[in-house]
Amino acid sequence: MTQTEEVETTLGPVTGPRVARARSAGRSMAKLVGVVPFAVYVALGLIIPMIVVAIDAFRNPNTGAFTFTNVNIATHGVYATGIRESLILSVLASVIPGIFGALIAYAIFTAKRGAFLRQVVITASGVFANFGGVPLAFLFIASFGSSALVTGWLNDLGFNIYNAGFSLYTLSGVTLVYMYFQIPLMVLVILPALEGLRPAWREAAENLGARTWQYWRYVGGPVLMPSFLGCVLLLFGSALSAYATAEALTAGTIPLTSIQIASFLNGNVIAGQQNVGKALGLGMVVIIAIVMVFYVLLQRRAAKWLR
Amino acid sequence: MVALTKAINSNREDPDRKRANARKRFPVWRWVILLIAGVYFLLPLWAALRFAGIRAFGTVFVQPGFWPAIWLSTRLAIMTTLITLALMVPTAVYVHLRVPAMRRLLESITILPIVIPPVVLAVGVLQVSPGSLKATPWLLGLVYVVLAMPFAYRAIDAGLRALDLKTLTEASSSLGAGWSTTLWRVLLPNLRTALLSSTVLIVALVLGEFTIASLDLYVTFPVWIVQFDQLNANMSVAASIFALVLTWLFLMLIVTFGTRQSRRTGGGAVTLFTVARAETKGN
Repeated sequence: MTQTEEVETTLGPVTGPRVARARSAGRSMAKLVGVVPFAVYVALGLIIPMIVVAIDAFRNPNTGAFTFTNVNIATHGVYATGIRESLILSVLASVIPGIFGALIAYAIFTAKRGAFLRQVVITASGVFANFGGVPLAFLFIASFGSSALVTGWLNDLGFNIYNAGFSLYTLSGVTLVYMYFQIPLMVLVILPALEGLRPAWREAAENLGARTWQYWRYVGGPVLMPSFLGCVLLLFGSALSAYATAEALTAGTIPLTSIQIASFLNGNVIAGQQNVGKALGLGMVVIIAIVMVFYVLLQRRAAKWLR
Repeated sequence: MVALTKAINSNREDPDRKRANARKRFPVWRWVILLIAGVYFLLPLWAALRFAGIRAFGTVFVQPGFWPAIWLSTRLAIMTTLITLALMVPTAVYVHLRVPAMRRLLESITILPIVIPPVVLAVGVLQVSPGSLKATPWLLGLVYVVLAMPFAYRAIDAGLRALDLKTLTEASSSLGAGWSTTLWRVLLPNLRTALLSSTVLIVALVLGEFTIASLDLYVTFPVWIVQFDQLNANMSVAASIFALVLTWLFLMLIVTFGTRQSRRTGGGAVTLFTVARAETKGN
């Protein structure tokens, strides 16, 4: 702990948390002036739209009166299925790429003389993390579609993935496709945490006679775990909110909440149900909010080691 | 600490022990992982290219609607980049200098757009924005600023942490420079690489964003690709792979060039998104 503080004070500006706390409340309020433009923008562009969606979720679209009807519809029938499928997909498409992304990040992070490799992987991650929609769907239709390239190869090897229960247009397929942008996202967000893993700790563990698995079990694992879980939660949110790729791939054959919301926006609604889409949106935001609370808590735990 | 880190970072010293150590510590798993990743990421690209055919690349530029869509996306990219940087750079600098306790809060807020569904955001934004704004594509640019925050903030943050911000600003103000002069003539030149990488990340985002653009009924490049897809799938795929590779090449150029510059002035490698802890610790 003393070392962490030392690093913080030698490096960070003089107005560290401790000094800031010692000052009067009035001055610390004045210090926030510099973040006002940012705060206003976030409020207008992010917070207020979310609040409006939340309010409308409880309003009758015609009279504007308060009602639970929207929420009631949104939590039953096809919409309940949608939320369930979305959650299953998001768990699959966050845990698997989470583990794989962390392994890739660790592989490039510890690679010796791997500066070029690191640059290639990190820049590619920045690009792939923003890739999605129809182009991405096409990439996979061309390679993993029922009569496509890779499927054909595997078939020649005597393994028919479609007979084995895989289909590009069901949850298994969508998960495979989502990994294409989830893994790069994981690489980007987990790298800072890996950089907090001091080589000295490993040396110390080895000097004390620890084996590799012991190092991971008692030192590396516990230190990384909060960051890792935090990143997986982030991936969960990203998978839950993805829309364009699933829409392009399945054209709505899997009921997913984000696709259902979009169909409301496109005007495919039964009269009187216009606000059900907003209730669905609210449901997603509530799930995300729960996830974010965990994320912040985990980040706080991780911060202890990553200073 | 210094000696230890050095010894671990380069296995040139004490070759016998280190080499044995390296073999033990870097077994095949690294190459297996990277190989699987390489196959997973490159195979679909190759399959799609093979399907589309190389010739599609040449003809994509003369398709109807291509240039208007590109032009709209370009304007949006420029607008989003300018607004995002003008908003995020001063805020990030200010928070780093004056209220470092808020850094974590800022990190949490700027990560929100990754997890908040763009579909939901689109619903809310369409609801609250005035009609005069809705009629123009500028609304889309303003929304993209929000979406760009996670990537822009992290790139700028990485750049700021690699600087000795306090010394720079103190030196600057002791020479009589005001806040804006310091920002414009001292910090911005030092943040050049970070600004470039966040610019490319923002451009990648704007050139790839489909959800909100299509829901707001604007024909940006990704939306055009989808509309055009119904007419000529090969070409639209060629176009999107082209955009992907181009963006990546730009990022590679920036990072390679930036690292060379940084090395010349005694700095470390340029990071795109992450935090250059090893360099900032000063050990």
